[in-house]
Amino acid sequence: MQTRQALIDYTLHLADNALILGHRNSEWTGHGPILEQDIALSNIALDLIGQARLFYQYAALLINKTPAADPTSPLNHGTAVTEDSLAYLRDAWDFKNCLLCEQTNGDWGKTVLRQFYFSAYQFYLYGEMQKGKDATLAAIAEKALKEVTYHLRWSSEWVIRLGDGTAESHARMEKAVGELSRLTAELFLPAQYERSLAEAGLAVDLLPLRSRWEQRVREVFEMATLSGGAGMLTGGKEGRHTEHLGYLLAEMQFLQRAYPGCEW
Amino acid sequence: MSVQELEKIFQDRIDSEIRIEPRDWMPDAYRKTLIRQISQHAHSEIVGMLPEANWITRAPSLRRKATLIAKVQDEAGHGLYLYSAAETLNISREEMIAQLHSGKAKYSSIFNYPTLTWADMGAIGWLVDGAAIMNQVPLCRASYGPYARAMVRICKEESFHQRQGFEILLTLSRGSADQRRMCQDAINRWWWPSVMMFGPNDESSPHSAQSMAWKIKRFSNDELRQRFVDICAEQVKLLGMTLPDPELSWNEEKQHYDFGAIDWDEFWNVVNGNGPCNKERLAARVQAHEDGAWVREAALAYAGKKRQEKDAA
Repeated sequence: MQTRQALIDYTLHLADNALILGHRNSEWTGHGPILEQDIALSNIALDLIGQARLFYQYAALLINKTPAADPTSPLNHGTAVTEDSLAYLRDAWDFKNCLLCEQTNGDWGKTVLRQFYFSAYQFYLYGEMQKGKDATLAAIAEKALKEVTYHLRWSSEWVIRLGDGTAESHARMEKAVGELSRLTAELFLPAQYERSLAEAGLAVDLLPLRSRWEQRVREVFEMATLSGGAGMLTGGKEGRHTEHLGYLLAEMQFLQRAYPGCEW
Repeated sequence: MSVQELEKIFQDRIDSEIRIEPRDWMPDAYRKTLIRQISQHAHSEIVGMLPEANWITRAPSLRRKATLIAKVQDEAGHGLYLYSAAETLNISREEMIAQLHSGKAKYSSIFNYPTLTWADMGAIGWLVDGAAIMNQVPLCRASYGPYARAMVRICKEESFHQRQGFEILLTLSRGSADQRRMCQDAINRWWWPSVMMFGPNDESSPHSAQSMAWKIKRFSNDELRQRFVDICAEQVKLLGMTLPDPELSWNEEKQHYDFGAIDWDEFWNVVNGNGPCNKERLAARVQAHEDGAWVREAALAYAGKKRQEKDAA
């Protein structure tokens, strides 16, 4: 039962990461700096939302098989939990995404750096997850890894191009590093549900991933002539978010909240 | 060879349905007409991303969100094919975009209307994409090869979008009272602008005759408009909704629907820049372009450095 709850939380964490970052990326659709890149980033948004859906569907399956732990939860009002009730009817404190994912887009430099940090993390995470003991998570990871491999290549290329482009683009990238790097430690800091599942081989052990991720970031930053950042801010995985998430959810959940119980 | 002889060869090819390709001789006016039409079409795809992108972050389910992103992304793709087709006529994408931003080039007026509710995503798919398809299917046989080939790909995707749009409305029409109200309201707002998408009546369409002779255009504005009205008047019944036209009625003798008079004042008002969102749409495009300037400069600078390194090696 405890493992079941941890698995639900972990799956929701994976789903929330993908949804929130996908949502952020989709804010660019129609407003990108170059038409081809507008398409590329929309494509990444689509991939991430697709991953989120698979994780949410799995979480819903697990929840629906579990007796309602909290009868007052809006997710437990008689009807079955779905991918949409999980995405649209939880409030910020129930979202378990990393803080990095919910940060505002800023300029193109901040957006591609956020994507690079996260894709590098997902790349190593899914690489391990596809070997994990949970067959569903392993299958999702295997499918998603193909997408993430492309996201990582695309975002690495942009970080390098902008870091080593003009004086202005370099300065903008340094600024983005200053804003975002303090949010990267959280990626590797296991939450309670990750720790308990990792022992059973059901979740990826994050500690060994960190050095591989750091190595990758160092390599790309070297080519991009960028320096690393410092600082540390965490809490997202446990539901303690930055102020940005509330607004994102208010916008995203508007229709489901304003017209409850409808088919769309 | 004299210009007259070249023109004769050109027109003979058109008349025998042989495609004109980029390297073929063509009259300057034909080239200009195509540049105007194809770039206008490309701009419409790009500006047309905005009213729909307006609802991506508020789409009511994950499936709808993904579908809407994919749709808007398809429109960006259509813009790309069309800019490429126009580039074969010796104009660069940068020039075309500059013409859009300066107001010299037009785009379809339909995108100057606001998207106010989720139902607008359905109405745009059903009516706006429906009207676009009606206009575009004959363009798959347009005399200019690159344009015709781009249109074949575009039409396939557009008909998919149209079905998705209708399905959004169908879902709303079977939903709650609020959802049905949303559905009817969107149809009310999008119907007349969609009917206007076919352009002025035949007697006041300045470019039509020449475009017909060049087989860029195959049917008149009014013929296509009639076909559109006939189809929508039937489809709206499946939704249990109505079209906002009290004069709409089946004419047994003509075997077509009669419909009310179009408000051409509104049409020209929007074409001339005074629609509800003309300023916002153009401003959004200009802003994206200006905000992206440093990105494009950096990409160029980086590519230049890499080229130099390669040459030095």
